[in-house]
Order: sequence, then structure tokens, then C-alpha cells
Amino acid sequence: MTMSPFPTAGKRPGAAVQSSLHRRPSLPRNRWNAVFTVLAGLFAAIVVLPLVLVLVYVMIKGGSMMSLKLLTELPPAPGMDGGGIGNAIIGTLLVSLIAALIAIPVGVGGGIYLAEYSKSGAFASFVRFGTNVLSGVPSIICGVFVYGLIVATKLFFGQSYSAMAGGIALSVLMLPTIIKTTDEGLKLVPQELRWGAIGVGASKFVTITQITLPTAMKPIATGIVLSIARAAGETAPLIFTALFSPFWPEGLFNPIASMSVLIYNYAIMPYDVQIALAWATSFVLVMMILIMNIFARYLGSLNRV
Amino acid sequence: MNTSFNPSSRPQSTNAGPETCLSLEDVSISYGNGKNVAVNHVFMEIPKGKVTAFIGPSGCGKSTVLRALNRMNDLIEGCGLTGRVLFDGQDLYDKRVDPVEVRRRIGMVFQKPNPFPKSIYENIAFGARINGYQGDMDELVESSLRKAALWDEAKDKLKESGFSLSGGQQQRLCIARTIAVEPEVILMDEPCSALDPISTLKIEETMHELKKTFTIVIVTHNMQQATRVSDLTGFFNVTNMADYEGKVGCLEEFGETERIFNSPAQQATQDYVSGRFG
Repeated sequence: MTMSPFPTAGKRPGAAVQSSLHRRPSLPRNRWNAVFTVLAGLFAAIVVLPLVLVLVYVMIKGGSMMSLKLLTELPPAPGMDGGGIGNAIIGTLLVSLIAALIAIPVGVGGGIYLAEYSKSGAFASFVRFGTNVLSGVPSIICGVFVYGLIVATKLFFGQSYSAMAGGIALSVLMLPTIIKTTDEGLKLVPQELRWGAIGVGASKFVTITQITLPTAMKPIATGIVLSIARAAGETAPLIFTALFSPFWPEGLFNPIASMSVLIYNYAIMPYDVQIALAWATSFVLVMMILIMNIFARYLGSLNRV
Repeated sequence: MNTSFNPSSRPQSTNAGPETCLSLEDVSISYGNGKNVAVNHVFMEIPKGKVTAFIGPSGCGKSTVLRALNRMNDLIEGCGLTGRVLFDGQDLYDKRVDPVEVRRRIGMVFQKPNPFPKSIYENIAFGARINGYQGDMDELVESSLRKAALWDEAKDKLKESGFSLSGGQQQRLCIARTIAVEPEVILMDEPCSALDPISTLKIEETMHELKKTFTIVIVTHNMQQATRVSDLTGFFNVTNMADYEGKVGCLEEFGETERIFNSPAQQATQDYVSGRFG
């Protein structure tokens, strides 16, 4: 037998053992393999650990308070018992709705411009760069920006803090995600599809609204839902803009309660009832965001005709 | 039949002799804002009611010329054209011309089948609807599918996705979709290159039917296909230009298909059609 340069070949005495294809766990490569598999698994577990811990902790602390009363009543005055967070739930939904109504048309429109109209010019790359920068801007800066623009100037009917201002602040946060997912979703649409539509005499507008956009609906809808889920949990931009209110919402141009600001306000109060309410609110908020994320995944898995 | 669809309805019979449909006058096309000349100085008269085939080696510019015929090149950034393309005597590249109207009257079928992600029915109805078709949509869908020889295979699944069809059927669906808007000319860019021989045969049979009502221009790599379906053939070739680095396409020879294949005037044509290069 000729000498092989491979280490395992020459050292082995028995030819039968040497030529066996069976796995030998004692080999260094197999040991390292095992070590790294365990290591990778460990880190993966650490990654999901915070999520599991947060969910479990919030569920234990807040889930036990779940009741119809919690979802429908006003928070109690300091020192009093009972009450719920009905106004904060409505407030969060309302502010998120305002934000979505502003951010979806602007964001989808911007994404359509980038993907379909811009001819890779300087303006388009500037918009793309700006979108990336905006997505990295801390949310509190968005809050201060809208505070300076709308709240401090009393732009809306002389009102300072308002649900409207809160919605606008959140829409600024949602914009980059929506622009980016629209842009990227549209870029995934095969060019042949546009040619096909244009080849039967469709104008650019018809091609986009009836062929390209519906084809890219899945990623766009997913991006929109995710951005709403992200905005709904924001606190910093709302502290400066929507403020808070212990009462039921009084229209779009008055301060409004929201779940995230309620948590921020009540969690540090010296009353047990308020602290318990903050936990219950955390539970409702986390569940709401979780459900929206699951909904986004469901949207992503839908198959179009 | 309801004629509200096309007010300037063209005559149903095309026996008006070899009338010119599209005429190219000294057409040169370049990409990259004039940097790369794709094809140079093309003169050509494409007659009405005939099938005209463009053949030639890769990179000779035959697809580029085809796309110039319905302003599809507009979609490619930095693509420029000099010379004139006349359609029924009108210059397609006149400033006042609306490219959308051009594409409505000169339809196109692409190399890869590209049905819309809609039902088979909607694939055909789409073009007609956006062009303001007022008649009976069911009737139009059926007649278009029949003309494209797809009706028997598709009639029971009109509501199913266009993607549920096989590749050859999808291509015939794309042809049906193009016919449905009743263009005057149908351009086909290697329509069979992604298909198996049986589907190819079916599409060729379809073309024989279509040429009774439409003018057809087809780009093909398959010379047998050109001899089977076309009345006229244009042979494009790539040449080295004296004052230009790189290869440039040009129209080498254009004439009756039979003459091009049996007694071409140019040596290059003779070499190509006999399989000596390309």
C-alpha cells in the first residue's frame, strides 16, 4: 500500500478499520463539529430568551388582571381602586390609525416613485439615502421635531398637545419602513410583466395600479403592518405630542391617552393600583403587537391567484 | 358584431395587394446614450397582411429593431433612435405621437411567456378593458382564445390562474391577450424559444391563422421556423464598422423567404442559412 499524505490513512493498523465508512466520534473534526453545534445552539437560545422572558413575565404580572372591566373602563384617580385602560386602548388605536392614514399613501407613493418612475438619478438616490437615515433617527427626535413643528406653534386651532400631533409623529417613524418595503417589493416584480401590460397598450399608470402594485401587494402589506406594529408601541414621540389624558378621547385635537405613555406614567407611581394597571397595559400592548406581527406573517404567506 | 371598440376599424380583408405597413428609413439604434450602436442604417418595408421574419446571429440587433417598431425601446434607459419608422405613413417617433396608442395598434408577444398574475379570463379582458371595450367580454375572451388555438384547452378553467397553464399554453394565452385588443400588427420576439417542439408547432399553426387578419413580424433563431411561417425574411448580420470599435448590426438582405433561403444575393446570407456560421 502506498503512503498517503492524509494523517488518518497511514497510522491505522487494520485495513478493515481504515476503510470503514462508519462515523468515528473521536475524530477531531467530529469533536469540533459537536462543540460548534452546541455553541451555535446556545447563542440561538440566548437570542430568543429575552423574548420568552418578557412575554412570560408580562403575562404573569399583567395577564392575571385581564377582564372586560380592564378593557372598557377609565383608569381610577390616584388612591382609588378598580378601573381599566379603555381610554388608552382607544387612544393607541386612534393615534396609530392617524399615523397609518398619513404614512401609507405617502410611503407607498414614494416607494412607487423610487421603483417605477425615477431613472436612477441623483434625486432618487438622495431619497433612498434619506430614507435610510430617517429609519435610523431615534424616535424621541421625531417627537421633538413634531413638538417644535406643531405643538409649540399651536398649529391646529390653537391646540398644543393633540392626538393629531401624536399621529403625525408616529407617521414620520413609519415612513421609512413603508417606502423601503414598497420600493423593494416593486423591484421584485418581473420586468416582463410590465412589458406585457405595456405591450397591450396599457399606460404607465394603468400598468402600475392594475398589474405591478397588485403583484407586489404581499410584501407591501406586510411592511405596512409591521410598521404600524412598531409605531403602536412607541412612547417617546407621544410624550411630546399626544401627551396623556385620564379621560375618554375628546376629538383629534386634544391630548389623548395611549397605552405606551400610560405605562410610562403609571409604572413609576407610588400607588399599587396604578402599577398593576401599567402591567396589565403592557400585557395588552405586547399581545396587540404580537398579533399584528403574526398577521403580517399570515399576509406574507398568502398566495395570490 | 359590436363595433364600438375600434372606431377607425380597419378593413376585414387584407387582399389589397402588397401595401406597406411599416417602413424603416435609415434607422440606427444605440444604447447607453449613443455609446453603443446596436444596429445601423436599416431600410426596410414590411408589407401588410404578411408574416415577416427577422433572422440572424446573436447580437445582430434583430430584437432591437423589432422593439423599435412599437416603441418598446422607450422603456430602456439611454436607448436612442435616428431615422424614421413609418406606420401607415405616420412617423412613430414624431414628438406628437403617443407611445401608448402606438402599442395598442402594434401589439407584442415576448420571448418568455408573461401572463399576468390573474385568471385566464382576466388576462385577456385586461387589455380590452383598459382600452375601453364596450362589447360582450365573454364573447371577446372566447374568440381571442379560439384564434390563439387555446379555447379547447382553457374553456373549462377560465377562472383559474394564468400560471396554471403549461409554458406553451401560457405563450398562446399571451398571444390571445394581444389579439384581444385587435391590434393591426403583432410583433413576436422569439415566441417559441422557451417552448418544446409540439408547443412551437401549435404556435406556428396559430400564426398561419393570424396572418389572415394581422400583419406579423417575428424574430426567430430557428431558420426552419422562418421558412415554415414567413413570407418575407430579413437577414441581420454583425459587422465591424470602419470608424467604430466593436460590432454593429445591420440588415444584410431582405426579401421573399424562398429567395433568401434558396438563392440569396449575399454570400453572408448564403453562409448563414446553410448553417456555415451563426
